[in-house]
Amino acid sequence: MNKPVFSRRHLLAAAGGILVAGSSRLTVPARAEGLAPTRTMRGGANNYRPGAPIVERIGGGGFTMTGRVRRAGDGMLLSGQRIQMWAHTTEGHERDAHSHGATLTDANGEFIMEMPQIVPAFGQAHGHLAYDSGEFKTVFLRPVMASSRDTSLHVEFVLESA
Amino acid sequence: MVSVSTVSLAAAAFSPFLQWRDPVYWAASFSGILALVIMLFQPLLVTGILPLHSNFNGRRVHRNLGVLLLVMIAIHVSTLWLTSPPDVIDALLLVSPTPFSLWGVIAMWAIIGAAAVVALRHGLKLRFITWQRIHLALTAIAVAGTIAHALLIDGIMEQVSKVALCTSAGLALVAGLRARRKRI
Repeated sequence: MNKPVFSRRHLLAAAGGILVAGSSRLTVPARAEGLAPTRTMRGGANNYRPGAPIVERIGGGGFTMTGRVRRAGDGMLLSGQRIQMWAHTTEGHERDAHSHGATLTDANGEFIMEMPQIVPAFGQAHGHLAYDSGEFKTVFLRPVMASSRDTSLHVEFVLESA
Repeated sequence: MVSVSTVSLAAAAFSPFLQWRDPVYWAASFSGILALVIMLFQPLLVTGILPLHSNFNGRRVHRNLGVLLLVMIAIHVSTLWLTSPPDVIDALLLVSPTPFSLWGVIAMWAIIGAAAVVALRHGLKLRFITWQRIHLALTAIAVAGTIAHALLIDGIMEQVSKVALCTSAGLALVAGLRARRKRI
C-alpha cells in the first residue's frame, strides 16, 4: 500500500505553522515613536460643514461633550486647538447648521462643549468631531454612545503633523 | 401575529425619539417596520398555513404584498437618503461604520432578487422547483438580513415588541419552508 506523501497530520502541522507565522507578524513591536495618532473613523466626516463658528455652547445645552487633544509621539498636550462637533440632537439634524459648533482646547489640551441631548440617528446614538485647522493632519471622529440615555461623551484626539 | 405586528407598530408610535424627528424620518422608520411585518405574513399567505376562508386567495395577496414590500423598501431608502445622504451612500457602498446597514443592504438586494425572479419567471425558463428554490433562498437571506438589521438598530422600536416581531418573522419563514417540503 502506498503511503500518501502528505498525511492529515502533516497538513495540520503545516497549517498550524502558517497560523503561528502569520499571527506573529500581527504583533506590534514597542514603538520607539510613542503615542500613535488617532485615525479618522468610518463615516466620521458625514454631514460635515467646514468652518463651523466657535460658540459658547450649541443650542440650549444639556449634553456635555468633552475631549483632550495631544500630539502624536511625545503626547504633548495641545492648547488652542479648534475642535468642531455636530450630532443629531433634540434640537436638530446633523446636517442643520445650528447643530454644528466649534471650541478651542484650554492650556491642558482639554475642551468641553455643552450641546443639546444627542438622540439616535441612523440606528446609533453618536456624535461627530473634527480637527481641521491644517497645522496637523485632519481627523474626523464618530464616537458611539454606550447608551442613548448617556448625557456625556468623551473623546481623545492624538494629532500628527501635516 | 396580527397582535405582535400591531403592538410593535403601536409601541414604535409612542417612541420618545419620534418627537426629535421630522415626518421624513417617521416615514423612514415606519416603512422599515412595515416591511418586516409584510415579511412575517408572506410565507404564511403563500403556503396557506393561516386558517383563512376558502375564498381567500393567499397567493394573490402574497404577490400584492410583495409589490408593497418593494414600495416600502423604496420609501425606506429614499427617506433615509433625505435625512442624511452621506450615511445612505456609505451603506449602499458597504462602507458604513454601522454593521446593521450592511445587513439591511444585503436584505434589500435579496428582496429585489426574489421579486426579480418572480417577474422574470417565464422568461427565465427554469423548472418550477429550481425557480422556487431560488426565490426561497433569496427570501431566507432577506428575512435573516432584516432581522439582524432590525435587532442591531437603536431606534424607535420598543425592544420587547421588536424581538417578538423578529422572532415571529423567523418562525414564519421556517414554518413556510417546512410546509412547502410537506407538499412536494
